Amino acid sequence: MKILVNGTWCETTATYLASALEELGYGGSTVATALNGEFVPAISRCAAPLAEGDRLEILAPMQGG
Amino acid sequence: MLRVYDTELRSRLMLGTSRYPSPAVLAEAVKASRARVVTVSLRRESSGERAGQGFWSLVRDLGVRVLPNTAGCHSVKEAVTTAQMAREVFGTSWIKLEVIGEDDTLHPDVFGLVEAARILSGEGFEVFPYTTEDLVVADKLLVAGCRVLMPWGAPIGSGRGLNNVFGLKALRAHFPDVPLVIDAGIGVPSHAAQAMELGFDAVLINTAVAQAANPVRMAEAFAQAVEAGRAARKAGPMEPRDLAVPSTPVIGTAILR
Repeated sequence: MKILVNGTWCETTATYLASALEELGYGGSTVATALNGEFVPAISRCAAPLAEGDRLEILAPMQGG
Repeated sequence: MLRVYDTELRSRLMLGTSRYPSPAVLAEAVKASRARVVTVSLRRESSGERAGQGFWSLVRDLGVRVLPNTAGCHSVKEAVTTAQMAREVFGTSWIKLEVIGEDDTLHPDVFGLVEAARILSGEGFEVFPYTTEDLVVADKLLVAGCRVLMPWGAPIGSGRGLNNVFGLKALRAHFPDVPLVIDAGIGVPSHAAQAMELGFDAVLINTAVAQAANPVRMAEAFAQAVEAGRAARKAGPMEPRDLAVPSTPVIGTAILR
């Protein structure tokens, strides 16, 4: 299915958020996730199902003022 | 010593981490500033570049506290979700809350700010709201659960200093016991010294250091200015006068006509 990852459409076979992160190459990274605008804590990613057209945001530490 | 949310800070200078020429210069500037708090943000991570991982490693090695921000958020929902994500990534309940209402000036949306502050305080966050010098907004932020306020000096990145000294003095006088941190608009060390002389508890600087020709030397200059301004405040500055008063004694002046 296709999901929107950080604004770019991606094809994934993952059905849960945790496995999608692995498949997309974020394994082991310090990131925070939001699915369709809602924060998904790391501990809940294994139980967060994905659906066609979902919007996934994957954020990491960055410079800030 | 400055106390914010039950944390004592040795330095009254907080430093932003954005817009430096290189990560190495950022690290040197933080050391030169003697800041114990640096601000950070969250942005989209590319799985290929993983830029955020390297930045986070650099900041952790500095051994300072991080104050994550919600920069770029224009709604309560965005700000609250960003804060929730920041708390997990950075491992701190501190959040520098920004809800932007206007893009040219980055003027805070004070209505959204108060609402987001209320929600986040209820969720256990320790909120540092980026606000204006408006007394009523300040009062509502305190009622919402904030125990520190971060009024702007001037629009973010403008370097114009303290645009409304009268309003800022009124804010200081109105909330004598609330930690007040001037956030945004400071351009040169004399602006920071002025803020401290007016009785503000700390200043947050980013662009003025990062965009200086020599950011490390400028960081040191700001450190000195903040310490000088604080010392002057404690020493009790004289009241300005409209007319001259001779500093040399008049009595004993020779008559040589």
